[in-house]
Amino acid sequence: MARVLVGVKRVIDYAVKVRVKPDKKGVVTQGVKHSMNPFDEIAVEEAVKLKEKKLASEIIAVSVGPAQSQEVIRTALAMGADRGVHVEVSGDEYELLQPVHVSKILAKLALDEKADLVILGKQAIDDDANQTAQMTAAVLDWPQGTFCNKVEKTDAGLTISREIDGGLETIKTKIPAVLSADLRLNTPRYATLPNIMKAKKKPLKKVTAKDLGVDTTPRIEIISVEDPPVRQAGALVADVDALVAKLKEGGHI
Amino acid sequence: MSELRSKVINLYKHLIYLGREYPGLNGPEKFRKQIREAFVKNKDESDPKRIMALVAQGRYLAKEVEALYSLKKYRSMKQRYE
Repeated sequence: MARVLVGVKRVIDYAVKVRVKPDKKGVVTQGVKHSMNPFDEIAVEEAVKLKEKKLASEIIAVSVGPAQSQEVIRTALAMGADRGVHVEVSGDEYELLQPVHVSKILAKLALDEKADLVILGKQAIDDDANQTAQMTAAVLDWPQGTFCNKVEKTDAGLTISREIDGGLETIKTKIPAVLSADLRLNTPRYATLPNIMKAKKKPLKKVTAKDLGVDTTPRIEIISVEDPPVRQAGALVADVDALVAKLKEGGHI
Repeated sequence: MSELRSKVINLYKHLIYLGREYPGLNGPEKFRKQIREAFVKNKDESDPKRIMALVAQGRYLAKEVEALYSLKKYRSMKQRYE
């Protein structure tokens, strides 16, 4: 029976069109719909599935972020996690928070809570860093199974099928381990209204990064945030000769 | 009778809750309206069997909507990251 720690991040909802702030120091987050990072939903679902198969005894959902991050912890609790830990980091420190800080926080919590398995989403859809799981494994010095496509318990460890370029790779790891969920690991369940209500009664502990002894002072400075370039309008050509001439002109052939 | 009544009310609540994320222009409003109309249309139904059949139909719809959401999310993630 393993205790599972899952990381959940509050990000701008995937369906929202993200806009850059006029001062180019970030994106507009005020009054924008936020929800749980889709890959973290997959991670939570995997943990809940392990619990349903009696392979996990307890699921702890962790989120690092401002006060509103508690919303996504509640969603994780509604999906089936047992208790939540909210690590509060707010303001400028949160905006410049990097995977290196988050991984140290997660590693510390994994040890404090005596977790045997840490499951995270492979990347967040806001910063697309894809580093937290790998760094957490490094900090803990645990084996890592990233981009999981399938996780099975075998003997004393896990057999993991990983998504790699052009195929799947099967690896075996020991427990404890850090896993990161890829898109096809499972289909997350929908947090229903009654479950969200019930989740309000589940325990949620609030700590600060300082309590955990992790320094979250910013290591980077944001110089500028830009919109992606707009696609140029195309042009119609009359015949093949004109097309060839145009391509030559553009230096493509 | 009261048991049936709470089943119907719970289904209505669930559907309205689901509708908050319905995609499309004015999606949530349209969805809400359609759900309301469907419930109002059958408000005078008194045969318990018939009510249960309608509730089953509503639950099926809720499942379909959940599937729609998860597929939409899956597709946009796939499009973005693969």
